[in-house]
Amino acid sequence: MSASTSSSGRGGRFVRRIADRLHHSETATDDLWDAIQLARHQDRPYPLDYIARLMPDFEELHGDRLKGDDPAIVAGIGRYHDAPLAIIGQQKGRDAQDRAYRNFGMPSPEGYRKGMRLMDMCERLNIPLVTLIDTPGAFPGADAEERGQGGAIARSMMMMLRLRVPTVAVVIGEGSSGGALALGVADRVVMLENATYSVISPEGASAILWRDAGKAKLAAAAFKPTAANCYRWGVADAVVPEPEGGAHLEHDEAARLLDGYLSRTIRELQALPQTERRRQRRERFRRLGAVREVTGA
Amino acid sequence: MSRRPISVSIDRLRGKRPEAGTARRLPGDERSCPRCQSHFRADEIDRNCYVCAVCDYHFPMTARQRLDHLADGGVWEEIAGELRAADPLRFVDVQPYTERVRSAEAKGATEAIISASLEIQGQPCVVAAMDFGFLGGSMGSVVGERFARAAEVAVAHGVPLVSVTSSGGARMQEGVLALMQMAKTIVALDELTDAALPFIMVLAHPTTGGVWASFASLGDVTYAEPGALIAFSGPRVIEQTTREKLPADFGMAERQLEHGHVDAVVDRRELPARLGRLLAILERPPHDEAQSLASQLAQNGSERAARVAQALPSLSRRLRGRPGVADRDAHAADDA
Repeated sequence: MSASTSSSGRGGRFVRRIADRLHHSETATDDLWDAIQLARHQDRPYPLDYIARLMPDFEELHGDRLKGDDPAIVAGIGRYHDAPLAIIGQQKGRDAQDRAYRNFGMPSPEGYRKGMRLMDMCERLNIPLVTLIDTPGAFPGADAEERGQGGAIARSMMMMLRLRVPTVAVVIGEGSSGGALALGVADRVVMLENATYSVISPEGASAILWRDAGKAKLAAAAFKPTAANCYRWGVADAVVPEPEGGAHLEHDEAARLLDGYLSRTIRELQALPQTERRRQRRERFRRLGAVREVTGA
Repeated sequence: MSRRPISVSIDRLRGKRPEAGTARRLPGDERSCPRCQSHFRADEIDRNCYVCAVCDYHFPMTARQRLDHLADGGVWEEIAGELRAADPLRFVDVQPYTERVRSAEAKGATEAIISASLEIQGQPCVVAAMDFGFLGGSMGSVVGERFARAAEVAVAHGVPLVSVTSSGGARMQEGVLALMQMAKTIVALDELTDAALPFIMVLAHPTTGGVWASFASLGDVTYAEPGALIAFSGPRVIEQTTREKLPADFGMAERQLEHGHVDAVVDRRELPARLGRLLAILERPPHDEAQSLASQLAQNGSERAARVAQALPSLSRRLRGRPGVADRDAHAADDA
């Protein structure tokens, strides 16, 4: 499929293993619901957990320089393998208080603007960017609307697409809706083994398509949003393995596995000329989708 | 008998949120305005650009009606009309996706968007017009692809891109691939930017979700139709999630103007003239335009745009006849 997976034999074999496992359960409602629950497990590592392990020297930035700071998005720069690296990610909370403070990982426009502030810095200082995606969606609130939620997401995508520096997006938990994709327009998009990526959360789809809040299980089964399926559809370029049983059991090992993929991929991307990186990034998103052509129309 | 005049006012109705597609069907070819209940014959509505002559309510329009209304002489040439929805997820909710598509197609439209090259008040451009009547104007792979092709044709011919949106957002039945169409439209606009061509947005009722959170938010100039709902999250979702009580005019075009998210609220009957004037303002001197397009295409390696330019049988004969257009074609072909 893509350059990154064919060049990493280990990732390829691994993906096949997961794909085989899921093949028979592609329509098994319960299995897919379990997958959703696992992607949302409250003990799964969040961006700050990975950051603490991948780059102990990390400077977190706060504020969008326009209005405020959004705790649902963590953004900053750190030392990674003897070079600077920028990270932007959606941060959920673990206990009740923390969850409320982080707004359940649902970003506001200020969060995306903080991210764009960092992207602008990456561009000027030639720093590669990694995004860690884990959100049920952008925050749906009247205030957020007035402050330009839609425009913030659109501009964040445009800014990521135009960056000259190497970019990697990693779906580490649940990637739902435009709120996730705002950080997802990268040179490489990868998913952790138990992560999910979907157009909307199963609960949202349940309310809209079935007009019944209780049909989330059916929605999960209909979307089949697993890493293996996203890889098959070309939405994910690779699947990064997690520790046996899932990332929530072993944060250090989960970070080590991600580190292996990230450090290699950033090196690969840096070896490409800037214009070629941008061309491939455009082409990657330009070709996604499934259409039929009719003749004689 | 009382001589007191009867006072009839529609003022209290003006602020009411219009709901797309709720016009009551009447016998024959009559329709009633969902806001003020006035009755019209179909040809009366048509002549008034699908605007209520009494209360100015803007009726929903199909993409075809929209293009007929905007294009000089109602002449337009469709781009990528051969594309139809596929069913990559074999999706079933309360009804299989393929059945939903089939019944939507049976009503006459081929998808929730039509891209076409045309002229507005003598200004050549490409227009991508959405159709709420086709599965809620939702953006699936075909909408993303037709929008991208529209931008590529615009780049290949060095003309501006105009889009009229009316959409509930990403098409859920295509799952994460529908989500990816948001990114695809951004790629298309990026190519437009590299060719230094303008992108003009017209937000019609409703423009929400993934469409508002992608290309619809990125107009160089953005008009909205009166009363159009413009939002990332719809009122129902917000009220359910946050238990907020929303004002009646939440997300309406007039309020979005107040909050700085659109440049003007424009009555549909004035739209062709406003767009024509805007496109005329943005038109560059012919030699400047031709040079910049050729150099931009070369510089950015837009092989795709150059390919499109070559493959197109014609933008339209009328367009080809214009001075300057032939030059631009020649440059695009040289570059390929």
